Amino acid sequence: MPTIGVKRDLLFDALGKKYTDDEFQELCFAFGLELDEVTTEKQMLTKEQGDVAAAADASEEIIYRIDIPANRYDLLCLEGLVTALRVFQGKVKPPKFEFVEPAQRQVLKINPSTAQIRPFAVAAVLRNVTFTQDSYNSFIDLQDKLHQNICRKRTLVAIGTHDLDTIKGPFSYEALPPEQIKFVPLNQTQELNGVQLMNFYATHAQLKQYLPIIRDSPVYPVIYDANRVVLSLPPIINGDHSKISLKTKNVFIECTATDLTKAKVVLDTIVCLFSEHCAKKFTVEPCDVVQTDGTTIISYPELAVRTERISVKRANAYIGINEPANKLADMLTRMYLETEVDAKDGDSLNVKIPPTRHDVIHACDVYEDIAIAFGYNNIKKSLPAFMQIAKQFPLNKLTEQLREQVAQAGFTEALTFTLCSRDDIALKLNKKIEALPAVHIGNPKTLEFQVVRTTLLPGLLKTLVANRKMPLPMKLFEISDVVLADEAAEVGARNERRLCAVNCNKSAGFEVVHGLLDRVMQVLSVPWKTGGADKGYYLQATEDPSYFPGRCANVMYNDAVIGRIGVLHPSVLQAFDLTTPCSAVEFTIEPFV
Amino acid sequence: MHPDLTERILQHLETVDKVNTLELATQFSVDHQKVVGALKSIQAHGDLVIAETATQKHLELTDEGQSVVEKGSHEAIVYSLVPPEGIAQAALMVAGGPNAKVGFSKAMSQGWILLDKSVNPPLVRRKVDKIVDNVKDQLVLVASGKSQLTAKDVADYKKRKLLQETTIKSFILSKGPEFATTLTKLETDLTMDMLTSGLWEQLKFKSYNFDALGAAPTRGHLHPLLKVRTEFRQIFLEMGFSEMPTNNYVESSFWNFDALFQPQQHPARDAHDTFFIIHPAQSHKFPQEYLQRVKAVHSKGGYGSLGYGYDWKLSDAQKNLLRTHTTAVSARMLFKLANQEGGFKPAKYFSIDKVFRNETLDATHLAEFHQVEGVIADVGLTLGDLIGTLYEFFRKLGITQLEFKPAYNPYTEPSMEIFCYHPGLAKWIEVGNSGLFRPELLRPMGLPENVNVIAWGLSLERPTMIKYGINNIRDLVGPRVDLKMVEDGPICRLDHV
Repeated sequence: MPTIGVKRDLLFDALGKKYTDDEFQELCFAFGLELDEVTTEKQMLTKEQGDVAAAADASEEIIYRIDIPANRYDLLCLEGLVTALRVFQGKVKPPKFEFVEPAQRQVLKINPSTAQIRPFAVAAVLRNVTFTQDSYNSFIDLQDKLHQNICRKRTLVAIGTHDLDTIKGPFSYEALPPEQIKFVPLNQTQELNGVQLMNFYATHAQLKQYLPIIRDSPVYPVIYDANRVVLSLPPIINGDHSKISLKTKNVFIECTATDLTKAKVVLDTIVCLFSEHCAKKFTVEPCDVVQTDGTTIISYPELAVRTERISVKRANAYIGINEPANKLADMLTRMYLETEVDAKDGDSLNVKIPPTRHDVIHACDVYEDIAIAFGYNNIKKSLPAFMQIAKQFPLNKLTEQLREQVAQAGFTEALTFTLCSRDDIALKLNKKIEALPAVHIGNPKTLEFQVVRTTLLPGLLKTLVANRKMPLPMKLFEISDVVLADEAAEVGARNERRLCAVNCNKSAGFEVVHGLLDRVMQVLSVPWKTGGADKGYYLQATEDPSYFPGRCANVMYNDAVIGRIGVLHPSVLQAFDLTTPCSAVEFTIEPFV
Repeated sequence: MHPDLTERILQHLETVDKVNTLELATQFSVDHQKVVGALKSIQAHGDLVIAETATQKHLELTDEGQSVVEKGSHEAIVYSLVPPEGIAQAALMVAGGPNAKVGFSKAMSQGWILLDKSVNPPLVRRKVDKIVDNVKDQLVLVASGKSQLTAKDVADYKKRKLLQETTIKSFILSKGPEFATTLTKLETDLTMDMLTSGLWEQLKFKSYNFDALGAAPTRGHLHPLLKVRTEFRQIFLEMGFSEMPTNNYVESSFWNFDALFQPQQHPARDAHDTFFIIHPAQSHKFPQEYLQRVKAVHSKGGYGSLGYGYDWKLSDAQKNLLRTHTTAVSARMLFKLANQEGGFKPAKYFSIDKVFRNETLDATHLAEFHQVEGVIADVGLTLGDLIGTLYEFFRKLGITQLEFKPAYNPYTEPSMEIFCYHPGLAKWIEVGNSGLFRPELLRPMGLPENVNVIAWGLSLERPTMIKYGINNIRDLVGPRVDLKMVEDGPICRLDHV
């Protein structure tokens, strides 16, 4: 969930009211935001970077850190937040964004070479902007937030903003071999080429994470103006020449991307949110973007307003309220979706979805906004009317019954981790990992998460070791799933429900776990198979490197191996750091469902 | 325990009104402690005697005092070391040993010796021919118990560390209400033999110590988190929900994400939030027609939706992972529900099982935890129905005050975060997440257009930790669980706050 930091006093000025922290928190709650933290720049610097020295000069102005829903790009800066809240409170109507056609449009030509690395580009212009230090910071912050979220750390979209008065169109978006690209990057003085740039920023705390996006490509993306001045080398850095300052009046915005849909959303978001700083508020100057065929011209930004037609009946039914059409229209307008009751059809609402609300893709998104404006806590509660005879999942029902029985037999239940290290299920048990049908994790952060357990035994042994202070005997059990790789299974692996018990005492006590096995079979009505009987359970002596020689057996059920029982081998005890002998039994309970 | 002694004490007490245990010790020639022990035995049998405590002060020789009795006082020793011709002071000090200095000054003040300074070095000479060692004599008397020292002398000897005062605790015994001259044996328990013989009517029984604990029964124990799981299962079953089969930790990205309308570039699908599997790395068995519909709704839209407008890749959907939510199973169940023989029928499902997240670990977060999920599918379900169901669900946990906050999930719209007022903690806390499944999720499965699905979820660990006051999740789950806590844990009463 993204978080933005806004200066409280600026926020209240823009909202036109001073709130207490609690009052603002309530407003956030009703709208779907969360006031996460009340802090100051000084506190943030000290906390995040431990930088007490820098913090000494930092401001003590109160900052609100607010959690924003992940799909609301239009709330990622103070401007967007304030507009949305004021519309929500009914203080203003949702702004209408308009194009202002210039005498001559700016042109951005996309060269076919970009198809190899970053095929798409869009552009727009904001005219006669007045920046203050605060709005300038906000402008930079918004780009950063968009980069982190919808742009997926600049991999999908990269944003470049430039002082239009320092450059001259038509602009050209190309991809060239790195050595051929030369410019002075933002805030530097030396000219660097593409290769030098990679080295230069290899240790830069913020920028080094973006280098891999293009580093190994034979060509790097670059935008030039008519005089071959570099505007930017996306997604890494802009040129110093066209950088924006507090004095900038006209802003050229370009977004290059691997996902065109997202590039359009990003462009729309930036211009909508910052057009309020233009002399003519909420106006945007369109640009022509020439496609790779050299002739097709697409105008950007789209700033599309689409109309979604909603049925009043269905909206009310979906939520469980009964509001008249005009009330619903008012509610939606407060949610930034300007709505009118259809002149001809009283059950229809025409809902305008503005370019700031790219999150609205279906009628259900509109229904949610109605519910939010109505207030979730004002909706009358009701209950679904149908009757159902419920069923338990038989394997789980059996598990619950067996847990009770094993506890009654004097064993204590443990709850151990499903993920473990390879050694836990192999080396420490004198087995080879290659021979086990184990599921291996691709990206474990630590060796605790290398594999999914194929046996419950290591978890129980670790629990014994961690509880050395308990008096002997320690008798533990667990009835839970292991996971086995299995080609026949739909996803290539399946769970198996196992019962595992260990007895840890001064003597290993095979007969103790054997007795438990007998008891479990008894409560399952499974007879002990002797002589010529065809059904039942029995033990079949076997050798297993995890177990003491001569003290190990297969647990057989109807002549199939369902598990193993025995005294643990001293080398296994040692591998797990146990100094007390243990006997163990583990078998699958699935045949008994 | 010296039955003879107890009987002797009782018999003696028959003949007198009162006696001090110290007197008894002297009379019976036994150590006073043995008399006290015998007294305790008598008292264990009932109120045979009354014992008043008494303290006495008693003068005793210190070790130093003892040596004076044996060898004489320091001053007498010094006197005896002075030969008729006299002795140099220094030599006298050496000869006199460690106490020579004290002895010398005492002898001087008694007028037994003098220091002749007319010669060089000065000599110590006897002043009188004979001395009487009063100190030794008096101490000898003290030792034999026959002294009569004045308070001043006592103080003086105490100062010189020759005498010490000890306090002796003793008891003054007299006959008690149950006095008898013999001790009857007290029985500890009613036995079968006593019943058969009928002897129980004559026997005396030791009083039971009702302030001690009883004998702990042998038993096994269930794990506290799993006891909570049992309770939640009960709640769902009481509400008529059927249990989903969730015994599949390994899942394909298709069912875990794509079927739930979670787009392929969503952050949750990053390797840093999800455990991806290298073996077996991919799934290949999918319901093909359904898969095509899912692909279409993601990339192009449909069913009234714009879709996400990106290139949907089969290879992303095939990637295997450890499921990040049990909602993947809910998706499978809804698909079955839509395509079962006889067509769709309303259903209520629940599950409680493990999910896996590759996130940063801390005191309250592990890589694996249990998700509790409830799902209802029916024609015309509303957000109000979800709210009503949640009120009933949480009422069974003893929670009656709920508030709902707008939230965002990729697969539900509307979405609500559930907050409750926890009476025990006296504050509002977030307890779960909920919403209506998006039509883009439901329609490709083949569920009829008027069918809505409401769902909610919460973690099992969080309410358990709050209920039992556990701050670190590793104290509850995993090998480091405190087995003593498991053994001592109460039955799980979720509606008792």
